[in-house]
Amino acid sequence: MSDALLPLSVFVPLLAGVCVFLSGGGARSPVALSGVLLSLAISLLLVMAVGSQGTLDHALAGWEPPLGIRLHADGLAALMILLTAVVGALVSLHAVGQFAGKSEIANRFWTLWLLLWGSLNALFLSADLFNVYVTLELVTLAAIPLVLLAGSRQSVSASLNYLLLALFGSLLYLGGVALIYGMTGTLDLQLIGERLPAGGWPVGVATALIVAGLLVKAAIVPFHFWLPPAHGGAPAPVSALLSALVVKAAVYLLLRLWAGPLQLPLSAPWVAQLLGALGAAAIILGSIQAMRQPRLKLVVAYSTVAQLGYILLFFPLAVASAWQGAVYHGLAHGVAKAALFLAAGNMLYHLGHDRVAELRGMGRPLALSLGAFAIASVSIMGLPPSGGFIAKWLLLQSALEQGLWWIVATVLVGGLLAAGYVFRVMRYAFMEAHAGPSVDRAPTPAQPLMVWSALTLAVLSIVLGFTARPLLTLLGEIPLGGG
Amino acid sequence: MLTGAGIYQALPLWVLLSSLLAALLVFLAGEDRNRLRITVNLAAAVLKLLLVGVMGYGVLQGHTFLVTMPILPGLDLVLHADALTMLFTTLSALLWLVTTIYAIAYLERRPNRARFFGFFSLCVASTMGIATAGNLFTFFIFYELLTLATWPLVVHNGWPKAMAVGRMYLRYTLGGGVVLLLGIVWLAALGQSGDFVAGGTLEHLAPEHRTALIAIFLLLIGGLGVKAALVPLHGWLPSAMVAPAPVSALLHAVAVVKAGAFGVVRVVYDVFGTSLVADLQMNTVLALLASFTIIYGSVRAIAQTDLKRRLAYSTVSQVSYITLGVALGSPLATIGGLVHLVHQGLMKITLFFCAGNYAENSGIHSIDELNGIGRRMPWTTAMFTIGAFGMMGAPPLAGFVSKWYLGMGALQAGAPWVLLVLLGSTVLNAIYFLPLLHRAWFRESGEKAIATAGEPGPGLLVPTLLTGISALGVGILAGFPLSPLSWVTFIVGQEYAP
Repeated sequence: MSDALLPLSVFVPLLAGVCVFLSGGGARSPVALSGVLLSLAISLLLVMAVGSQGTLDHALAGWEPPLGIRLHADGLAALMILLTAVVGALVSLHAVGQFAGKSEIANRFWTLWLLLWGSLNALFLSADLFNVYVTLELVTLAAIPLVLLAGSRQSVSASLNYLLLALFGSLLYLGGVALIYGMTGTLDLQLIGERLPAGGWPVGVATALIVAGLLVKAAIVPFHFWLPPAHGGAPAPVSALLSALVVKAAVYLLLRLWAGPLQLPLSAPWVAQLLGALGAAAIILGSIQAMRQPRLKLVVAYSTVAQLGYILLFFPLAVASAWQGAVYHGLAHGVAKAALFLAAGNMLYHLGHDRVAELRGMGRPLALSLGAFAIASVSIMGLPPSGGFIAKWLLLQSALEQGLWWIVATVLVGGLLAAGYVFRVMRYAFMEAHAGPSVDRAPTPAQPLMVWSALTLAVLSIVLGFTARPLLTLLGEIPLGGG
Repeated sequence: MLTGAGIYQALPLWVLLSSLLAALLVFLAGEDRNRLRITVNLAAAVLKLLLVGVMGYGVLQGHTFLVTMPILPGLDLVLHADALTMLFTTLSALLWLVTTIYAIAYLERRPNRARFFGFFSLCVASTMGIATAGNLFTFFIFYELLTLATWPLVVHNGWPKAMAVGRMYLRYTLGGGVVLLLGIVWLAALGQSGDFVAGGTLEHLAPEHRTALIAIFLLLIGGLGVKAALVPLHGWLPSAMVAPAPVSALLHAVAVVKAGAFGVVRVVYDVFGTSLVADLQMNTVLALLASFTIIYGSVRAIAQTDLKRRLAYSTVSQVSYITLGVALGSPLATIGGLVHLVHQGLMKITLFFCAGNYAENSGIHSIDELNGIGRRMPWTTAMFTIGAFGMMGAPPLAGFVSKWYLGMGALQAGAPWVLLVLLGSTVLNAIYFLPLLHRAWFRESGEKAIATAGEPGPGLLVPTLLTGISALGVGILAGFPLSPLSWVTFIVGQEYAP
């Protein structure tokens, strides 16, 4: 009975998106809001069902694989669905304020966001490689027009870049999938695991193509350059969704494939080391770039480039505590990054600009948004008490247990570099300025919904520092040996 | 769950929450609700003092106070209260109350008070967390929180100078935090939870993991040494005096350097245990480091012409008495080191209050501006004199008691060279304090003194008097029950009981 929740969690948001498109209604569109509420409720029910019953399976329309489409919910998928639901619901509240009075943009936002939500859930629940491809494309195709909502010339070129890169990534991925289908005659994740040859160059090439495609989509260094303009240029709620959820989806797939059919090729020492090294490079380079950005939203966007690197550190570690650490990092980063983007968006909304050096004295008019920014930054820096700290602890501990000192050093230095870009912002905010921050136009204070949604997400990133046990119980054991 | 006994047993949590909720209320009340903010601040400070009093009585009766919250498998957030906890919480709770009164007067009519007092309370909450932490993991959480909560106070004025110092402060403290974290996680990777248990818990690892233990010890001390201002990790402390006077008091006496020193005490006594530290020969390293810091800080203090800077270098020197006592490890030296935690706090906060009074009231910042101020501000200067003589270790003041026990302890530990360090430090203290007193009391009145009408208002003067007289009292009444000395003797009795 409860396995019906799987298709529902995909189709309810999708249908709601279509309904909004047909009915309109602006920022406070009742259709959109009830769609959000309904999607949230179903997601939570699904998470609870996985929590109480373990993994759930559903064959769409009763057709079993290899013919039909199978949906599969395990702890990992449940956590991602939970993240999407919680972040999505709070970002939706923010959007109500952000898009108030702009009903055309609001309608597009609700339509695309609900489609995105459904596609994300479908991606998390997909149990075969081809559906993964389809859902990944859906996610990208919903995300790119969201960037365009900013309506600026820069956002057009940013989304064009995003589109080209994303298509390139998909192409690589699809090539890998084709090779695997040729070898195994199936696309079902479980069946592939049983049939895939243990070695040989076709397996290697297929893995390389799939991984490269996903790395491009996840904006891992050196494929990261498309992300900052796209995430930094989009309207705040969109930036939050992209950074917290959309790029996470591609990284999620890497973990999912490691946990599933590709554990063997992905565990080859040099592959694991390479992925880890890319992660380390992302952490260091992304953080250094973040320190240099003149605009606040670009600081936050480069921070995403850096933070995604932590998840890749899982591959060379490949033990239970690293598995938990990487997944927990995904959750903590999602919540904290959404808070950062919303808070930064509020500053932009209020002042008309987000030039870091001109934010002096913004603490007075923007106290609560600045507070949200500061609180979420604690998690981004990996300082206690926060979700980011728990993730860092788990990664550090597994690295120390295995004597992988370069990972230890990367994680510790990454925290300090994050403090560098966070406190650069705080420093300007705390500087004495009797006139307050500079403004580009008459200030428009952010609405309470915008402020409180950011603040709630920020507080959640701290709360995650105390909820590791139930969440990691839900995640379950590390799936060693495939399947 | 919420039985009376449960609520009583969770006292460490209530002590922590009393400042945490105060911080939250102050932030939410905003800038303009002046009266509400003052009420919340004072009420919370008094409430905390009461709670700490009850808890102290309980500890004396042998009651257990324990709050545990599982975070990860094998990793718990633990708040507890033992005799050592009480030493630090009592000091902080008392000094928080007086510093709050002082700060309210000091910051009257200045901007950003909500922010200031919010972070001020958060700071004290972190200190309470540090004091009640039951293992290294919990300790670390609050240790880092303290860094984050003090930064806004250090840069409070918002001047470019303050911002530059804030940056330096972060480099030191966050860097120290990273080193400390590495040590703690390494210990966890060896399967050790780092629980604070009198006598330590790591002895059984010594044969197999000797090198790792030495490395971990050095990492932990290195991380803690930043806040404890051990040379060469002390650079931030003299610079941080750009902060407003109440913040300096907080940094030097109540919270930050004390957190570092307290951490050293915990690591040596309750994680490693003195015998393991001696076995690893880390006690000598630590004692040498502390001795060097004591002398170095005093020598540097002599050269400072800015009053607060001179006091800051004096702190560098004096806080290392605590580390020295701990490093020597003999019961009497331990008494001397631990009691100095309280004594140095009382004396140094008095000195910083006085420096704040001079600055606020007469615009005196530099030492040569002190001439003749004693005649205009006799009470402040009298308190300053008590603090200065105490620091020098003149009997019967608080500092003397500390030095006496440290000296005896050094002999007991078979390290007579420490007497030379103590002696040298006393001479150096005299060299940098006596000229100040001479200027203030005996020189012709200078420009600033002539322009001074009299003592500052009661908001500044009364806290100064309270702490000054306490600094006098804890020395004279050291032999009485419930004095810091007898409390410390009680702690040491427990540490060395088995």
